[in-house]
Amino acid sequence: MANVASTTASAGSELTARALREAVFAGLISLGLFILFVGLETTQNIRNELVLNQRWGLLATFVVIAMVGRFLMVAYVQPRLAQRKAAKAAAPDVVKEEGFFSRNFSAIAIVALILYPPVVLALTGVQGSLKWVDNFGIQILIYVMLAWGLNIVVGLAGLLDLGYVAFYAVGAYSYALLSSYFGLSFWVLLPVAGLLAACWGVVLGFPVLRLRGDYLAIVTLAFGEIIRLVLINWTEVTKGTFGVSGIAKATLFGIKFDATKTGFAALFGLPMSSAYYKIFLFYLILGLALLTAFVTIRLRRMPIGRAWEALREDEIACRSLGINTVTTKLTAFATGAMFGGFAGSFFAVRQGFVSPESFVFLESAVILAIVVLGGMGSLTGIAIAAAVMIGGTEILRELAFLKLVFGPNFTPELYRMLIFGLAMVVVMVWKPRGFVGSREPTAFLHKRKAVSGSFTKEGHG
Amino acid sequence: MEYFVQQLVNGLTLGSIYGMIAIGYTMVYGIIGMINFAHGDIFMLGGFAALIVFLILTTFMAGIPVVLALLLMMIVGMLTAALWNWTIERVAYRPLRGSFRLAPLITAIGMSIVLSNFIQVTQGPRNKPIPPLVSSVYDIFGIAVSLKQIIIVVITAFLLSVFWYIVNRTPLGRAQRATEQDRKMAALLGVDVDRTISVTFIMGAALAAVAGTMYLMYYGVVVFTDGFAPGVKAFTAAVLGGIGSLPGAVLGGLLIGLIESLWSAYFTIDYKDVATFSILAIVLIFKPSGILGRPEVEKV
Repeated sequence: MANVASTTASAGSELTARALREAVFAGLISLGLFILFVGLETTQNIRNELVLNQRWGLLATFVVIAMVGRFLMVAYVQPRLAQRKAAKAAAPDVVKEEGFFSRNFSAIAIVALILYPPVVLALTGVQGSLKWVDNFGIQILIYVMLAWGLNIVVGLAGLLDLGYVAFYAVGAYSYALLSSYFGLSFWVLLPVAGLLAACWGVVLGFPVLRLRGDYLAIVTLAFGEIIRLVLINWTEVTKGTFGVSGIAKATLFGIKFDATKTGFAALFGLPMSSAYYKIFLFYLILGLALLTAFVTIRLRRMPIGRAWEALREDEIACRSLGINTVTTKLTAFATGAMFGGFAGSFFAVRQGFVSPESFVFLESAVILAIVVLGGMGSLTGIAIAAAVMIGGTEILRELAFLKLVFGPNFTPELYRMLIFGLAMVVVMVWKPRGFVGSREPTAFLHKRKAVSGSFTKEGHG
Repeated sequence: MEYFVQQLVNGLTLGSIYGMIAIGYTMVYGIIGMINFAHGDIFMLGGFAALIVFLILTTFMAGIPVVLALLLMMIVGMLTAALWNWTIERVAYRPLRGSFRLAPLITAIGMSIVLSNFIQVTQGPRNKPIPPLVSSVYDIFGIAVSLKQIIIVVITAFLLSVFWYIVNRTPLGRAQRATEQDRKMAALLGVDVDRTISVTFIMGAALAAVAGTMYLMYYGVVVFTDGFAPGVKAFTAAVLGGIGSLPGAVLGGLLIGLIESLWSAYFTIDYKDVATFSILAIVLIFKPSGILGRPEVEKV
C-alpha cells in the first residue's frame, strides 16, 4: 500500500477497496455494453443469410481492459491529479514571463510553413515529398482555412452554423462547372466562387435572421443537406453522384504544370514531376489561409468586427445600442461563406474531381469541431487543433506496421474515424475551452481584464 | 382518394418511428438544453441490438412465437441502448455540464461518430437484411394496411401514453419538469438533478431502441449509417413541433412522415428530403419556436 498516494495505511486500503469496487462495476457495465456487439458478430454465409459468429475472447479482452483501466484510474491517477491540483492551489500565483517562442509563435509558424516544402523536398527527394506536402501540408491547410472561415460565423458572431460545408460545396462546384462549361481559368473563378458562396450565405442568412441558438443550428444543417441533395439529384448539370471530373488545373502566371515544352518543369530545366504542382498548391492554400487570417484580424478591429463580437456576447444589448443586427448577421454569414467558397474552389482544383460525397454533414461537424477544440475565436488555437485532428487521422493511414502486431487482416484505416471521434470527446472533456482557452474581447472599458470562458455565461458561448 | 389514404397510412407509420426518436431529442433538449447528436446513432444501435437478438433467437430457439420474439428484441434493445446512453451521458456530457453551450454539442457529435464507426468495425459495413417477421396484410375499405404498420402505430400510441403519464403524473416526471425549469432551484428543493438527467437519457434511449426495432421490422434491413438520416429527420421533427414539448415531438414526427410519403407519392421521390427541410425552414420563419413550442421570453 506504500505506493498509494495517501497518508495512512487504512486510507490506502480503503482507496484500494473502492478502486476494486469501481473496477467490478466498470467491468459489469462494459460487459453490458459490448456483449451483443463485440461478443457476437453478424456475418453473411455463402447463402447470403445472416449468421452469428461468436467472439467471447475479444469480449473478455474488452471487459478486462475496462476493469484494469478503471482500477488504475481510481487508485492511482485520480489521487495524483487531486494532489497536483491541491499543490497548484497552494502555490502563489506567479505570472510567467512569456518566452521568445510563445511571443513570436505566429511568425515562427508562418516562416516554418513557408520553408516546409523545400525542406521536405531536400529530405525525401522529389517523389517522396509528394505524400508529405499533399497529405500533411495541403490537407491540413484546407481544414485550417475552412475552420478560420467558420470561425468568423461561430467564433466571432456566435451564430452556430452546422451546414458550413454547403458553402465549400458551392465554391467547389462553381469552379468545377464554370471551368468545364465555359473554360474560364482558376484565377478568374476564384473570386467568382467566393462571391457566389457569399451570395448563398446571404440567401441562408435571410430566413434564419429571427432564429436563435439551436433553431439556427438545425436550419443551417438542413440547408447543408438541401445543397447536397440538389447536387446529387440535379443530374443534367452536376452529373449527380458521378461528380464532375477532369477539372482544369491552376496555372502560375500562365505557366502550366504539365509535360509540354512550355510547362513549369521544362521551363526551369527540372525533371518532370507532379511534386512541383503540389508544392505550388501548397503555397496557394497557404496564401489563401493567411488571407483569411489577415482579414479576420483586421475585421476584428473594425466596427463590423466589434459588432460581431457584441452580437455574440449579447444580442439584446446589441440592439438597444443601435447596432443593426440584420446587417451584422448577414455580413458574418457572407464573409464566412466567402472563405468557404475560396477553399471550395481550391479543393476542386486540387482534386481535379468533385462529387457530392465530399460535402456530407460529417465535414461540417469536423470543421466545427476544429473551431471549438481550438478555443473559439483563437486563430492559433484553431490552426493547432486542425493540425492535431487532421494530421492525426492522416498519420493513422500510415500505421502499416500495426499489421505486424495484429496480423495481416488488421486495417488501421477502419479505425480512423473511430479514433477521430474518440479524440473529439477526450479533448473536449479534457480541455473544454479548447487548446487556446481564453477569449479576449478586442474592446476594453477601463482595465484590461482577461475574460476567460468560466466567466462567460452559459447560453452565450 | 384511396391512393391518398394509402399514402396517409404509410406516412403515419413512418411518422410514428420519427416521433419516437424525436421524443428522445426533445426530452434531453428540454432538460439540459443540448442537442444530443448521438441520439440517432442510439436508435441505430437499438436496431442492431434487436437484429442480434433476432439472430440469437432463430439460431438457438427456432420456432419461438413471433410475438415473443418481437417483445424480446424490443426489451433487449431497450436495455442495451439505455445502458449505452447512460454511459455516454456519464462519460461525455456530465463533465461538461455548466461549461459553455458548444462543448457538449461537440462531444455529442464525437460520440455519434464513435457509435457508428464502432458498429462498422465490430459488425461490418454491409447491409444486414433479415427475413420478414410479420407479413400479413389486411384490406380495409380497399386500403392495404399491413400488420407491421398496425403494430408500429399501436406500440407508438401505447408508449406515448405511458411516457405522457410518467412525465405528467409521477414524482419522477415532476422532478424532470422541475429540473427543466430551474436546475439550481430543483437541486435546492431536494431533487437529485444528476439522477433525473440520467433517467431522462435512459428513457430517451429506450424509446429510440423501440423505434430501431420497429424500423428493422418495417424495412427488414439495418446498416451502420442508419443513425444519420432518421436521426436528422427526427431532430427536425422535434424542432418543427417545438423543441422541449413532448406532444410537439410526436406531432412533428407525424408531419415529417406525412410530408415525406405524400411528396414521394405525388412529386419526385428524389427531392423528398429537400421538401422536408424546406418546410422546416418555412415553418420556422413564421413560427420561430416551432408549432407547439413556447416562445422564449428573454429577461434582461
